[in-house]
Amino acid sequence: MMHATASQTAGPYWHMIDFPEWADLLRADGPNAGAAGERIVLAGRITDGTGAAVSDAMVELWQADPEGRYDAGFHGFGRCATDLQGGFRFTTLKPGAVPGPGNSTQAPHIVISIFARGLMRALVTRAYFAGDVLLAQDPILALVPEARRDTLIARPAGNGEWRLDIRLQGEGETVFLDV
Amino acid sequence: MADPIPYRPLAEGSQPPYDLPAYGSTHARHPKAAPLRIPQTLTEVSAPRFAPTWYAPHEDLSTVDGKAALGERIIVAGRVLDENGRPVPDAMVEIWQANAAGRYHHPRDQHDAPLDPNFLGRGRVFTDAEGNYRFTTVKPGAYPWRNHWNAWRPIHIHFGLHGAGFAQRLVTQMYFPGDPLLDLDPIYQGSGDAEARSRLVAAFDLQVTQPEWALGYRFDIVLRGRAATPFENA
Repeated sequence: MMHATASQTAGPYWHMIDFPEWADLLRADGPNAGAAGERIVLAGRITDGTGAAVSDAMVELWQADPEGRYDAGFHGFGRCATDLQGGFRFTTLKPGAVPGPGNSTQAPHIVISIFARGLMRALVTRAYFAGDVLLAQDPILALVPEARRDTLIARPAGNGEWRLDIRLQGEGETVFLDV
Repeated sequence: MADPIPYRPLAEGSQPPYDLPAYGSTHARHPKAAPLRIPQTLTEVSAPRFAPTWYAPHEDLSTVDGKAALGERIIVAGRVLDENGRPVPDAMVEIWQANAAGRYHHPRDQHDAPLDPNFLGRGRVFTDAEGNYRFTTVKPGAYPWRNHWNAWRPIHIHFGLHGAGFAQRLVTQMYFPGDPLLDLDPIYQGSGDAEARSRLVAAFDLQVTQPEWALGYRFDIVLRGRAATPFENA
């Protein structure tokens, strides 16, 4: 068997492949134009172990459609560059619940991948939605130590906006997932 | 619903660590806690499909508006396979790199080397049914960085790949054979065992080379492969 090619850092100049419009999954001239569902904004700020803004990150999003499907035509991919304050901001549709292992159901969630200078491999985490009744039975969240689960749960900020700040290192460190 | 067949865990030694002391930017950016291993669900085995309709291919980086970039024109070609040796068709491959003088077309790159109006340094190609990809560019130059005294990155091309599963997503760098800077580069040297590092180095290939036109390099890329049968990976 062959082994997968080694990951390498995206470096500080990955913006050469940045297309800012990709952060809006619902853009009028994009693959999801006119898609129906609950429009949301997922935004947050990425900081490092010293509390400094991570202002050069490439943030990618992967999610199911509002019915919880990955293969029904909704293009659940977005990409966003963090700004000088470490902020990212996506416009998308709220995903539905997705089947989990066995007969379980996963609460609605969005996968977030972070690539940056200083990250030899991507960091992967999930954004769940505070208050969702399915959180209590989510099979992945159940694997996360209770004291750290909050790092995966986006909070409503009004007007359809959900916020999830990401801490790469240190106190309040986000739970990253080895998939 | 049957559980999806997961991708195998990455092999020991095949990947760099998050914490790489010789690479200064990792110091405050690597998580202190090891990432939490989770079973792959539909979320991790599915992936976005990147149709060329929405993501226009751009296979020739060596010209802008028909004007040739400065530097040594090269062709880079290879196959994208999974760990089981199967081709990965329809993979989107994104490419970005410095120009022949070692300068990125990027506002944050202030290296004292000339920009080239005829080289933007970004491309996008898709693999065919056999996993083949190919693009034309110019050989990038080496450039200094401030990681340590007199630090220079070996010449390289950045690659980003989207395969058939989210777990296959890969961002990597292709290096050139015989580059003396490879021995001195903490990023390259920190990238797994000797075999893992050697897989990051392209090979000069006369078959890819086009007579009277451009030297060719072959760079094959391996993405994670699925296990033969479902197994517990939690």
